[in-house]
Amino acid sequence: MSAPTDQPAAPVLTAHRAGLIGCHRCGRVWPLEQDRCRRCGAHLVPPDRRGLQKVWAWWLAGIIAYIPANVFPMMSTRTFAGLAGNSEATILGGVMELIHYGSWDIAIIVFVASVIVPVGKFIAIAWLAIVAGRPATTDQAHTRLKIYEVVEFIGRWSMIDVFVVAILSALVQLGFVASIHPGPAAVSFALSVAFTMLSAQSFDARLIWRGLPLRSRR
Amino acid sequence: MTGLRRACAVGWRHYLGPMERDKTYDLATGAGLMACPLCDALHVEEDLDPGETARCVRCGTVLAKPRDGAFAQLIALAFTSMVLLVGAVFFPFLEVSTMGFGNASSLFDVALAFADGVLLPLVIAVLAMIIGLPITRSFLLVYTLVPLAQGRPPHRHAARAFRWSEILRPWSMAEIFVIGTAVALVKVAGLATVHLGPAFWAFCALIFVNLASRAFMCQTSIWDAIEDAGVRTTFGPDPVRPGPARTDPPALARDA
Repeated sequence: MSAPTDQPAAPVLTAHRAGLIGCHRCGRVWPLEQDRCRRCGAHLVPPDRRGLQKVWAWWLAGIIAYIPANVFPMMSTRTFAGLAGNSEATILGGVMELIHYGSWDIAIIVFVASVIVPVGKFIAIAWLAIVAGRPATTDQAHTRLKIYEVVEFIGRWSMIDVFVVAILSALVQLGFVASIHPGPAAVSFALSVAFTMLSAQSFDARLIWRGLPLRSRR
Repeated sequence: MTGLRRACAVGWRHYLGPMERDKTYDLATGAGLMACPLCDALHVEEDLDPGETARCVRCGTVLAKPRDGAFAQLIALAFTSMVLLVGAVFFPFLEVSTMGFGNASSLFDVALAFADGVLLPLVIAVLAMIIGLPITRSFLLVYTLVPLAQGRPPHRHAARAFRWSEILRPWSMAEIFVIGTAVALVKVAGLATVHLGPAFWAFCALIFVNLASRAFMCQTSIWDAIEDAGVRTTFGPDPVRPGPARTDPPALARDA
């Protein structure tokens, strides 16, 4: 088949411009007055900026949950019944500890997964939501779509730290010698990741592609 | 015509040209058209040979990539994933020992580590993400695909089942769990000796099963197969989608 991406940038007819509405889940196209996809049952939402409210709401919830996730300890370690030390590590503290022990590779994985990715995601989603619907060139739109796809793909990987804490605290229950317990930050971090995932999912990528005016056509 | 063959032969590739002639689509009802989920560009549905990949003309997103025998493969992979997950639950996951103290933990122990007080919700979340959702997704996929692969009409809630399977996709995190395990192993290595149990290897295998499943998965083909196999989806009082292969009776009336 021909490579459609090579086609000249002719004005592309979108479902919205044709007075139709496309299902964002299965792609089926319906008349505008339809509010639910009859094929897959998903809600049909027109691509306008009203949908961004949801993005911002989840985004804010994610940021709020991310603060305690960094302040409180992720897990606490008791060695020799507390005699040899009772340490509580926050996310950054845990990374420092790993570096201290010389495991740079793991330190980098944890740092990327629990600091760089979440913070980068907050910035990326906010940026996407701000520029969404603003007129853009095709190249800009492609960049934005790429960023959106990266954000969608990478978001779940932040859960690594939560799983690490879960495994460690299940595994290291060695009575007198050592025991590890999860801290409150594990919950708020998991919530933060979940909220940002929801935020990214509620972003309507179709907004990227249209210098959509603020008015709705409905 | 079997459901399988039909499903593999449906795709979209043409940029929507001037809208006359061909009666395969209808700009008033949207029949025979597909909108790119990421950029809303309209495409005309067209038969696609197995192995071909249809991409959106504007943003390049893969719209359809039917593969020969994809449904059978997906069903097999879903069953594999179920077996592996059940094994992962019942076999020991990791075993740690130091100075005579030993502790073997299965996956339930991992989740139950959070079981005290405020952390309880996280138990449920972790269990769901690593076992519950993957198993649910496998069931939903099998429920959706088995009748289609056999050329029978789909089960009553096939569309809903498949939609949920897609909604749950980002939330099933088996592969992330494996990486998390690797990190935890390094962290604990200095403290104690760790033995990997069968459940750990089951999870590693699960990663590859998921990758293979993703390679065969073509949502558009499945949606189309569901639709063609008899779920009424036409809109409006008159029959639309006058494609030649359409054999099911037209919808009688809108029911909403």
